[in-house]
Amino acid sequence: MSRPAQRGMSGRAKAALALIALMALVPPLAALAGDPFLTVVASRMAVFAIAALSLDLILGFGALVSFGHAAYLGLGAYAVAVCARHGITDLFVQIAAGAAASALFALVSGAISLRTRGIYFIMITLAFGQMAYFFFVSLSAYGGDDGTTLAARSTVFGRPLLENDTVFFYVVLACLATAFGLLHRLAGSRFGRALAGTRESELRMQAIGFRPFRYRLAAYVISGMICSVAGVLLANQTEYVSPAYMAWTRSGELIVMLLLGGIGTLAGAMAGALATVALEELLAGWSEHWRLGFGLILLGVVLWSPAGLTGLIRRLLPEEGR
Amino acid sequence: MANLFLLQLLNGAQFGILLFLVAAGLTLVFGIMDFINLAHGVLYMLGAYLMAMFALSTGSFWLGLALALGATLVVGLVLEWLVFRRLYDRPHLDQVLATFALMMILSEGVKILWGSAPLNVAMPELLSGSVPLAGPLRYPVYRIAIIVAGLATALGLWAMITRTRVGMLLRAGASNRPMVAALGTDISKFFMLVFALGAMLAGFAGALVSPVLSVDPGMGDQILILTFVVIVIGGVGSVKGAFAGALLVGITDTVGRIFGPIWLKMVMDPAAAAQAGRVLAPMLIYLLMAAILSWRPNGLFGRSTR
Repeated sequence: MSRPAQRGMSGRAKAALALIALMALVPPLAALAGDPFLTVVASRMAVFAIAALSLDLILGFGALVSFGHAAYLGLGAYAVAVCARHGITDLFVQIAAGAAASALFALVSGAISLRTRGIYFIMITLAFGQMAYFFFVSLSAYGGDDGTTLAARSTVFGRPLLENDTVFFYVVLACLATAFGLLHRLAGSRFGRALAGTRESELRMQAIGFRPFRYRLAAYVISGMICSVAGVLLANQTEYVSPAYMAWTRSGELIVMLLLGGIGTLAGAMAGALATVALEELLAGWSEHWRLGFGLILLGVVLWSPAGLTGLIRRLLPEEGR
Repeated sequence: MANLFLLQLLNGAQFGILLFLVAAGLTLVFGIMDFINLAHGVLYMLGAYLMAMFALSTGSFWLGLALALGATLVVGLVLEWLVFRRLYDRPHLDQVLATFALMMILSEGVKILWGSAPLNVAMPELLSGSVPLAGPLRYPVYRIAIIVAGLATALGLWAMITRTRVGMLLRAGASNRPMVAALGTDISKFFMLVFALGAMLAGFAGALVSPVLSVDPGMGDQILILTFVVIVIGGVGSVKGAFAGALLVGITDTVGRIFGPIWLKMVMDPAAAAQAGRVLAPMLIYLLMAAILSWRPNGLFGRSTR
């Protein structure tokens, strides 16, 4: 790895890699338990972990509370639907298309919203997310509000490899590992340090010759592009694409994942996504009114444990790493 | 054509007035407490549900309205006491998450109590029917009543803010909160009052529309986002800005949906115009917001951001 390698790998990076390694064990364990649905849930967890990681770049390292991040999830998902409609089923082409569309949307919306701060930034990103949402709601060629089902999952080098749930899971996990590696390097690089610097003090960064706007915009675009990959995978997992992927409540859920895991640590973002999806599955299996329980748990965490799961773990293990 | 335009203008104004009632409370809470409340839309929904319940059980629209107003005021006070006051000194992110959680809890609670099926509220005898507008065109009395009630509330708020002692504190609190506290005002009581007032206004808006819209659990979400657009356009903390923004958004949205496709037909072929109009109309207010923000990042009547 990059700079932290000088002192050996940091505790957090180790925790993240351990988490990915643990997840890799799910399919054999699911086969042993005779419950293939576990692999499907694990795929969903890994997909949302990618989205949460991407949000952590701007929210955790840049302190930019974006409330429209689900738009990129939707852009990635619709890239699959649009490409498939035109006969392009290759996964890599679809990922490239989704990332390009997201980069464009992030560049334009970011350039406007990053002129604002605080509450304004939260609300304007929310509004841009809704704008994208309504665009797809009124796009009747792709089912409008109801969305559209995909004929099949994407192909890899012309072969329908992803149709197998286990193979699909490992592809998602590989994407998650790649996203983590990329973001970990980025966070340790000059760019990442400068971004974290703008979070701590915009004025001081300007004084030593940085332009915070450029760093923030670049982070915003990169984050959107990575999130669109999660969107491509999500569409493949459900074989269905609808505007509901980009509803503003979904953006809220992404932030919830970061909060549960602890904001500003990549391992925390991943753990938070896993915990959130697991909690949703558990509560939804228990009652159709699972949102009530989820809301109560969330409220409790915000009021009494603001640092999330990793904060809780760190409080329990004060000597371990940093 | 001119008649249709007048009709849509009135519809837009009525929609804008409703947005103002919800936005006024939200912008005060933002401006004075620097607090972002995602659960505000739920209060609007709660107002409508309480109205439906009380109007049905008492059999009277007016009694139902009075009870619904009182009930939303109480809900506002209880929420402030239970949750919000613990969050005033927290970062915006914590406020966003806590109120997001509250929104989930309340809207799921409403679904458990009243079910997901839409409810209807009967229109009062006095305000049903319609009046002639221009030529053959008629306009429902109830919608005019909404506009009048909203304008009266706006006027009352204006008088309160500019003419009374509480209003003076509101203005002082919006520009410098620590100084108001230092001068001996009981800030926590004051916050409770502002919050309860905002909750009641949102509840009032919900109760007011309940006879013309169906009351359903999703209604809070829709209006919340529009209210954010209103506040961002008008400038956070400014009631005047909320009023201007609300009318602008209400009229742009209503007129755009009807006239967008018609105007597009003048420059492109009908089929393409209909499609483009359908796609563009819901995005119009967000484009308006982006345009206004790139011109004035703090909104029309906003002060510089903190």
